[in-house]
Amino acid sequence: MKIAVCIKRVPDMDVRFKIAANGTSVDDTGLKFDINDFDAWAVEAALQIKDKDPATEVVAISLGPDTVQEVIRKALSMGADRGVQLKADAVPFDGSAIAQALATELKDGGYDLIFFGKQSPDSSNGVVGTIVAEQLGLPVVTAISKLELSGATGTAKREIEGGQEFVSFPVPAVLTVDQGLNTARYPSLKGIMAAKKKPLESKPAQLGTPAITITALELPPERAAGRIIGEGAAAVPELVRLLQTEAKVL
Amino acid sequence: MANIFAFAEAREGELRKIAFEAVTAARALADQSGGAVHALLVGAPGIAAKASQLAAYGADSVIVVEHAAFDKYNPEATAATAAERIRSGGYDVAIFPTSALGSDLAPRVAAKLGVGLVTDVTAIAREGDAVVVKHPMNIGKVLATVRIASTPAIVAIRANSFTPAESPKAGTVEQTQPVGDPSASRVVVTEVKLGGGAKLDLGEAPVIVAGGRGLKGPEHFTLVEDLAAAFGNAAVGATRVVTDEGWRPHSDQIGQTGRLVSPQLYVAVGISGAIQHLAGMRTSKTIVAINKDKEAPIFKVADYGIVGDLFEVVPALTSAVKEAKARG
Repeated sequence: MKIAVCIKRVPDMDVRFKIAANGTSVDDTGLKFDINDFDAWAVEAALQIKDKDPATEVVAISLGPDTVQEVIRKALSMGADRGVQLKADAVPFDGSAIAQALATELKDGGYDLIFFGKQSPDSSNGVVGTIVAEQLGLPVVTAISKLELSGATGTAKREIEGGQEFVSFPVPAVLTVDQGLNTARYPSLKGIMAAKKKPLESKPAQLGTPAITITALELPPERAAGRIIGEGAAAVPELVRLLQTEAKVL
Repeated sequence: MANIFAFAEAREGELRKIAFEAVTAARALADQSGGAVHALLVGAPGIAAKASQLAAYGADSVIVVEHAAFDKYNPEATAATAAERIRSGGYDVAIFPTSALGSDLAPRVAAKLGVGLVTDVTAIAREGDAVVVKHPMNIGKVLATVRIASTPAIVAIRANSFTPAESPKAGTVEQTQPVGDPSASRVVVTEVKLGGGAKLDLGEAPVIVAGGRGLKGPEHFTLVEDLAAAFGNAAVGATRVVTDEGWRPHSDQIGQTGRLVSPQLYVAVGISGAIQHLAGMRTSKTIVAINKDKEAPIFKVADYGIVGDLFEVVPALTSAVKEAKARG
């Protein structure tokens, strides 16, 4: 099998973000970056297939400036075979512009499966994998939390509101990964050493023209500081009173 | 002015709440610009009977596409049908839900049409020929204003952001055929498993009672369930630790990698308030926290905090809520 995994370098969200001087991007000074969680699970999904069939080739692809090589190396240290950087000055906000570049890279790659995370926490649109699939004419199953492959067909589970959906699909296919599919492995020391010698090719990204642009960013007002109304069960009557008279939710 | 398209999501023959939210959002835009609202309703034979409900919320016409292979979500045929209708109908805005179904469907349609799409939208306006929307980013810590330059603009709305408002219109039914053969889709939903009948979904429930590690084990989730039952209109959620431990299914997880919720009332039981969790619930209107550690970060966002042993406080609250409900 030949598998591609498309991954994104994203900032750690456990910070107070600042808006950059241009007003339309987030100031990334001092932010810590790592592979998007959903993408790490996508890498893991590919590697689990490779664990069963060592002849499988796993290619990690990331679009962006040279800093994205960090997350490609991480995927290589987890066990991917080679990496591709689609070089661009910045990652566009428009998922269809990103998808265009990825589809161009993927279309003649002969991939049986192409994995994506279902979304990234920074731009939060969750559209890239699906648009790539449409551009390549491949079937796509989104937000999968379980996957089984049997020859040229697969079955996947999707979490839906209040339940689950079970989906069958033919291979080749595009799959986007949700929480619950697996737990991503940590790179071993041996894996980290081996990753340094694995091929990482860099080529210009053939980005599409964006149809959507950010015109302004703002920081939503912080919640008012929390209030402790009392201790133990004795505080319950006061809580109920506040829920009825102040919050008016009871 | 151009008309507005709204996708009306249905499941098992019933419209979902977000279908009315989509029609409401479309109606508001049409009322500004003078266009009409056309809702697309796709389902198994018989779904046409639901068209009048969409008319009540402002659909001037309801395009109904019935087919036996639309009994469950049929991603490829639904996308092909919606895309063709949007292409031929001359709409300038097409509204979809950001739901499990809509998050799958909207980018398929946008790609088929080669137009711009923004998901998880909380507000929509027009600015000249462009459509301008609000879109939370960075787990809700940054709010973006996004301009969609394409025609049509595809906008997938966040649940609970557009309150359904009745605005009765004719809702003229136009029955039409699917595009392509829905029985020949490559991607097929073979089975749908729904948890217990009337169970409220986290995205739609006005009240959420969520439990964390402080509950100490899955058997104590009855405390959370009992409190939810006392409210009557509540869904049960959980933290990532709880779902990773297998105490609750992953679908119950609220947080950065789980569900993003925004109910009227959020009751956090035995939840410390890790950033991962706060990301999923900080936009709730009113937050109540019950935790034994007064330094827990959850108290920084809680409108009403009670420091104490949840095993004493929660049963007391459950009885008090029952009494309050009984008094009306």
